[in-house]
Amino acid sequence: MNEPGVIEVRDVWKSFRAVEAVKGVSLTIPRGRYVAILGPNGAGKTTLVEMIEGIQKPDKGEITIKGLKWKGNEDQLHRIIGLSLQETRFIDKLRVSETLLLFARFFDLGRERVEEILHLTGLAEKKKSYVVNLSGGQRQRLAIGIALINKPEILLLDEPTTGLDPNARREIWDILKQLKKDSGTSLILTTHYMEEAENLCEYIIIMDRGRILMEGTLEQLLEAAPERQEYRRKRLDDLFVSLTGRTIDDEVVQN
Amino acid sequence: MTYLFHSPAAPLMMKWFRIKQLWQLTSALFREIIREPGVLFWGILFPILMSLGLGLAFTGKTESTRKIAVLTGDKGSMIHRLLDSEAERNTGTEGAGWDWKYEIRDERLGNSVFLFHIMDSTEGMTLLKRGTVNVLLTSSRDSVAYNFDPMNSDAELTYLKLLSFIGNENKSAEHDNSYIKPLTVTGTRYIDFLVPGLITLGVMMSCMWGISYGIIEKRSKKLLRRLVATPMKKSHFLIALITVRVTMNFIESAVLIVFALLAFDMSIQGDISALVMLYIAGNIAFSGMAILVSSHTSNTEVGNGLINFVVTPMMVLSGIFFSYQNFPEWSLPFIRNLPLTTLTDGIRSIFNEGAGFAEVMLPAFILTATGLVFFAAGLKVFKWH
Repeated sequence: MNEPGVIEVRDVWKSFRAVEAVKGVSLTIPRGRYVAILGPNGAGKTTLVEMIEGIQKPDKGEITIKGLKWKGNEDQLHRIIGLSLQETRFIDKLRVSETLLLFARFFDLGRERVEEILHLTGLAEKKKSYVVNLSGGQRQRLAIGIALINKPEILLLDEPTTGLDPNARREIWDILKQLKKDSGTSLILTTHYMEEAENLCEYIIIMDRGRILMEGTLEQLLEAAPERQEYRRKRLDDLFVSLTGRTIDDEVVQN
Repeated sequence: MTYLFHSPAAPLMMKWFRIKQLWQLTSALFREIIREPGVLFWGILFPILMSLGLGLAFTGKTESTRKIAVLTGDKGSMIHRLLDSEAERNTGTEGAGWDWKYEIRDERLGNSVFLFHIMDSTEGMTLLKRGTVNVLLTSSRDSVAYNFDPMNSDAELTYLKLLSFIGNENKSAEHDNSYIKPLTVTGTRYIDFLVPGLITLGVMMSCMWGISYGIIEKRSKKLLRRLVATPMKKSHFLIALITVRVTMNFIESAVLIVFALLAFDMSIQGDISALVMLYIAGNIAFSGMAILVSSHTSNTEVGNGLINFVVTPMMVLSGIFFSYQNFPEWSLPFIRNLPLTTLTDGIRSIFNEGAGFAEVMLPAFILTATGLVFFAAGLKVFKWH
């Protein structure tokens, strides 16, 4: 990752009381790149992404987005970032179109953008439905629609497909693939799903216990394990097990 | 857009966009409330039903029935002789199983019916503990003893009414040289006392649950966190939330006042603009409190406890349903300075005593200042994430 980055994370540390959630992480995300952060629960993925989102402040280290730090540039950075948090619930008794319009107004946008998002996310037929009446997949599409409402240069999605059935997951992937075709948006996506990382992202970072264990393209990751020749011809799942000593599915089930 | 922000009209355009944001936020939160079917019932119909129920219960002329336990089986005792000669055998379906019935007729205060039953002391104590009776009678050949808790005002009333039957030759509720004139003058009835209390209680409950619980719930759902990850002005969110709640309070109170004016012939004897001023001050006080209470926690269970910790003492002490003057003397200065008491006393004085700006200026100022202090303290520690 030697290209200039829209996101630069340099030696970032974060603790919550006695728990060290992120331990000296550095990374650079170039413009237009889709990056997956893979890791089990407790790996520090969400904390890292929330620091990039400006929600958490690092104890040590520096994060810049397009060369800007969060302090003093909140309004400017909020305008170029779109995000979807884990398990956000919107206002139950607001219609889909009203929810989108509410967020559109924060970016000085109007109904035209709402219609575009409804079309992009396939929610046009549900635009008059209350949020409470949407299925899990539809809610997640709405969350991604809200993240995209300001045509963000940087998109940060925290486990956008967790808990969704395979069809709903593929619908989200289609939206994100379409976005990659149409724009130069950079994406950081945290996920439990190897298949998701392989399918959507050209660059993968594997994290565990607050540290980056490996990073690179899928091919680079598989090649970079010379002592594990047996994994070369196999999938990312096997590499993950070899690095962390546990399967990611076990983590999901346990948590 | 970039062009606009660099043009001379940019500040004006920014202001316009900010107003549109605030309007969108306010209308979204307003829709959230009015689309909840329970709001219509609990916010508007329930206070009316409560005023109707309590108003009729305490202002209507009703027949009261009181049950008396007689713990003396001796047929020669004074109470037995009195019951045999003065009371009638109870054969009606009401109070079946109770042996005698004695009625004091009173056109103005409503009839009092006494039902007597002979029982042993164990059964008498059981009924006393259950609240079925509040006076136990024991009797010898030439006297009757009343056993009751002197701290129980209803038991005392039973005793006083019984005196006219047992302990006094004059069986009427009135004495020869005195008479009772029931008060029906507007402003002196229980309903006149009650309605202002229901209005202020509504303001407190609506602010504390509507604003506080609303914020805590939105924090727990991570919606606050999501909202502040946009260019939304944080103050706009709180302004919108308070505006929506105060608007709902106005609607709910207005409906209750109109109902009370029409159904109970109440009147607002004081200055209506002073009433509006004090009402707004009360809303500011409780909105500020609500922001402080909800400033930190994201746990709805903790939120419940915090809100109850604030509202329950005021609901009990501030004289909403009955006067707080019966509380111990030492506690009155504290009670009088509670925000709910300050608001209720002020609103009552406008409704019933004809108070105007001069009389409620100080309470309005105190309530506004209280609200602003709480609001500022709440914002200082407010947790958006």
